[in-house]
Amino acid sequence: MTSVEVAGVAIHPFGRFEGVTTTELGVAAVRGALAEAGVGRGGFQAAFCATAYGGVACGHRILGALGMTGMPIVDVEAGCASGGAALMLAAGAIRAGQYETVVVFGVEKMPKGVIRSSFFEPWQEEAGLAATPAYFALRAQRLMATSGVTKEDLAAVVVKNRRQGAANPDAMFRAEVSPAEVLASRLICEPLHLWMLCSPNEGAAAVVLRAGAPGSGRVRLDAAVLRSHLPGAVLSESTPMAGLVDVDVPAPSTLAADDAYREAGIGPGDLDLVECQDTDAARELLAYEELRLCPPGGATGLLAGGATAMGGRLPVNPSGGLLSKGEPLGASALGQVVEVVRQLRGDAGQRQVEGATVGLAHTVGRGANAAVVICSR
Amino acid sequence: MPHTVPVHDGLFVAGSPPRLLGSRCRACTGHHFPRHRTCPYCASDQVDEVELSPTGTLWSWTAVTAAPPGYRGAVPYGFGVVELPEGLRVVTRLTESDPSRLRSGQAMELVLDPLHLDGEGRQVVVPAFAPAGGP
Ligand SMILES: [Zn+2]
Repeated sequence: MTSVEVAGVAIHPFGRFEGVTTTELGVAAVRGALAEAGVGRGGFQAAFCATAYGGVACGHRILGALGMTGMPIVDVEAGCASGGAALMLAAGAIRAGQYETVVVFGVEKMPKGVIRSSFFEPWQEEAGLAATPAYFALRAQRLMATSGVTKEDLAAVVVKNRRQGAANPDAMFRAEVSPAEVLASRLICEPLHLWMLCSPNEGAAAVVLRAGAPGSGRVRLDAAVLRSHLPGAVLSESTPMAGLVDVDVPAPSTLAADDAYREAGIGPGDLDLVECQDTDAARELLAYEELRLCPPGGATGLLAGGATAMGGRLPVNPSGGLLSKGEPLGASALGQVVEVVRQLRGDAGQRQVEGATVGLAHTVGRGANAAVVICSR
Repeated sequence: MPHTVPVHDGLFVAGSPPRLLGSRCRACTGHHFPRHRTCPYCASDQVDEVELSPTGTLWSWTAVTAAPPGYRGAVPYGFGVVELPEGLRVVTRLTESDPSRLRSGQAMELVLDPLHLDGEGRQVVVPAFAPAGGP
């Protein structure tokens, strides 16, 4: 099968940028990634743009601003996993021999304040059932009941990720926090406090993929997998209103991870670092189990032992995660891939995971959609 | 009792006790709430409307402390998942908004909870689960 090289990556910092348009955010990331890859106008045959709120033909507007149109440009929406979905489509097309070089980018300016989603019916909003953090909280409560996770563990995830994010110039929040401060922040939905939830924000990220085996020190895309939820699950990022009583329905993250491990020919024990979806602190712990980084019920032990902190056996979210970066929906998955690629190249500066050769990026959210991307050098 | 209106038609039947209006698939016997025209587990269109059990057990719970989009009722309010004997989990409002007063597996019963007044001054009600045997 054709190898796929990650030829260039770039990120526009995640944050809030008054007066900067979605197009301008996207242009910054695309230019950066193309420059790294040494690709100019006419140098790529297709483009995929991941976005949820970018509007009609968002990708066309961004490439149009650069005079780089004419090739197929397709916008991709798969909730939080949009970037992973775009990467899957691009890599598949390259492996099929359809294109040699493809630009994949994600961009978002999340609406400010409370975000209304067409995912819920108007009556569900009126009844108070469109409370997104409450769904995170229900899942967190279940994790606490089944895996012995405590509120102190949730605070410890935030402390870890914010400490790591302090070393990331592309992150929105760059101050370390203490467990007491996290637990003293406003209670949103028991057990989740404000600082345990990531902030929707703005940003962009871009990746240039190219057919062919990468040279020494360069990064290969081993797998990019998107999966949706199986019918029946009620809280596995899934059906919001009803579900079967059935604990055996695998979560979409596990489906995507198992496919990706198989595609890459590796197992979780081969990973050197992971960027995972920490929409809320409990979500990171759940990801440890769903991605098979630990056995079911083992998330607390993995965290408490320091394995997932910098210097540990398997650093998770060396970028600081979404808890530090914030979450611009369409850009977040590719932002993780940018981090993984920089880590594998040894370009991660102060937050470098020494000697990293295999990295995994994971996103999951509305749909449900889950994406897992594995890269190596 | 003053005139009340449901937050949405077809969610429940009033009465004592009120019951959620769901559906049951003839092909796979799975239950759904709210009602579905096709089965979301097996795609069958042989689906019958059924009144669901008014009692169940608490599976997960929290409280919402800030009004979510489109919501005009009071905060905080209870929010959770209740398991019905039909083998169905339902995401629902709870009448108890203090999470520390609830426990896993607790028996719950369906009630109609006042939500807010509509434009004509009528009380809008929403189905919610309350700890069973409460006042
Ligand atoms: Zn069925």
